[in-house]
Amino acid sequence: MRKTSPLVYVTLLAGIALSAFPLYWLFVVATRTNDIVGDWPPPLLPGGNLFGNIGRLFSAEDANFLLGMVNSAIASVVVTVSVVFFSTLAGFAFAKLRFRGRNGLLVVILGTMMIPVQMGIIPLYMIMVQLGWQNRLQAVIVPFLVSAFGVFMMRQYAERSVPDELIEAARIDGCSTFRIYLTVVLPALRPGASVLALFTFMSTWNEFLWPIAVLENDNPTVQFSLNQLSTSYYTDYTLMFAGALVACVPLLLVFLAFGKQIIGGIMEGAVKA
Amino acid sequence: MVTQQRPRAAVKPPAPPRPRERGSLLSRWDLKASPYLYISPFFLLFAVFGLFPLLYTAWVSLHNWDLGGDGGFIGLDNYATLFGDPDFWNAVVNTLGMLVLATVPQLLLAMVVAALLNQQLRARLLLRMGVLLPIVTSVAAVGIVFSQIFDRDAGMVNGLLHLVGVSPIDWRADKWSSWIAISTMVDWRWTGYNSLIYLAAMQSIPRELYEAATVDGASKIRQFRSITVPMIRPAIVFTVIMSTIAGMQLFTEPLIFGQGTYAISGGSLRQFQTVSMYMFEKAFRDADLGYGSAIAWMIFLLITILAVINFLVTRRSAK
Repeated sequence: MRKTSPLVYVTLLAGIALSAFPLYWLFVVATRTNDIVGDWPPPLLPGGNLFGNIGRLFSAEDANFLLGMVNSAIASVVVTVSVVFFSTLAGFAFAKLRFRGRNGLLVVILGTMMIPVQMGIIPLYMIMVQLGWQNRLQAVIVPFLVSAFGVFMMRQYAERSVPDELIEAARIDGCSTFRIYLTVVLPALRPGASVLALFTFMSTWNEFLWPIAVLENDNPTVQFSLNQLSTSYYTDYTLMFAGALVACVPLLLVFLAFGKQIIGGIMEGAVKA
Repeated sequence: MVTQQRPRAAVKPPAPPRPRERGSLLSRWDLKASPYLYISPFFLLFAVFGLFPLLYTAWVSLHNWDLGGDGGFIGLDNYATLFGDPDFWNAVVNTLGMLVLATVPQLLLAMVVAALLNQQLRARLLLRMGVLLPIVTSVAAVGIVFSQIFDRDAGMVNGLLHLVGVSPIDWRADKWSSWIAISTMVDWRWTGYNSLIYLAAMQSIPRELYEAATVDGASKIRQFRSITVPMIRPAIVFTVIMSTIAGMQLFTEPLIFGQGTYAISGGSLRQFQTVSMYMFEKAFRDADLGYGSAIAWMIFLLITILAVINFLVTRRSAK
């Protein structure tokens, strides 16, 4: 193998620096005061006003930023737990159990993955009106408790990583199917399931179109609050930037903690695709 | 796992016959019913919140429907209006324009990044995490930062342009400039993700192909064109189709970029309103649910057409 030229490192690092710059700059502005706006050259070092801005952020009227964070955290955790549970359960059934109509039902699930979210949003809104769930948190949770993508992904994963012999052995041992799921399948699916969990968490946290359709100012999610900030406070840059920064923190923490699995998951899924 | 299970399985056979028989009835039921039990939550929830809304959108689109309820069946009137609606076609053009501007450079750049990453590198994980960083940010936050970067008066891009003697550009004012600004946000977010997909595909190419090409005297660039690109064709088809679907649904970035109360129209002259934004405006701001539903079906139709075209073109050009 030839040695990799330093030029490759330089180019890559430059690219990464370029792509990290907007995030760095987000942080810099969030630590400053509003008098820097329009300064040239723009400030490139952080100031000392981060906590002042965050304090203003959480007390900003009509943005309800704290409630937005709490709502998004609840929604993201509940949706993630549910999606992972139902996806592993159904993925196990599709991969390892024999039943009538299995292939047909799997094709149905595959088909639904092609449908864009927007397609159903108007009737979904009508359902919410009927249920009296407008402006209630369950409106952004309940419709997302299952995921076709998740079922499909876990099925693929179970096919590969759960040996049939292990299931047979557990069955001879007298295990019920659900016991097999808990003691044999779930542990084997853990790496795949954690990738699914992370993606689900990220996409729920980032959901925007549906919350602004069904929720109102007084009960927002975090992306809704951000939009509220950027429409009502768009002259107050440091406040907006502090909000944008705080909204990224949970995702960045998750990424730092599980970055390796996320990357492994993307790469593995891609080879199969 | 294996070492734990095997000994127990081996011990089991000499079990007394009576409990086994009772157990077998129960377990036969368990075998038959549990698969359906396990997949039913998905299908139940999906039927209510996925399939029903999808079909109902078609039904609503045939009615004069507002927030007050069904104002009567009007057949294909909504679609007829839609075909003659310049604002709708404007939104289609904007969406396609930004789709091309966002997808083409993004995938080309992703290919280059993947080729760079596909070498013997130190700190591999760290480099890959660096490349992926933009995707783990909040979309709305990205919108806010880039709105500021592309601001007319205080923006960094205009500041840099000033240094090289270009007068400031009002990025929100024109089609081309707002498309570029919005596409930049999309590119920034997704290039790294796509490069990891290409990288994964590149790593499954057999090394011998490159060795043989080197022996034949093919240059690096020639090898990339004649071996790498054709070999990762499935990954290219995948990313092109996924980017197309995502591009047709573009919503958050242009909405936040717009700022102000009428952001949903994508600027004062609708210069950067996408079809998703137009659907939202009609359905939720103007409370015309029937018309909004017709737009939703048109989006679906456009995505399908584009996906098929993409598939055919990518397949042919790679041959």
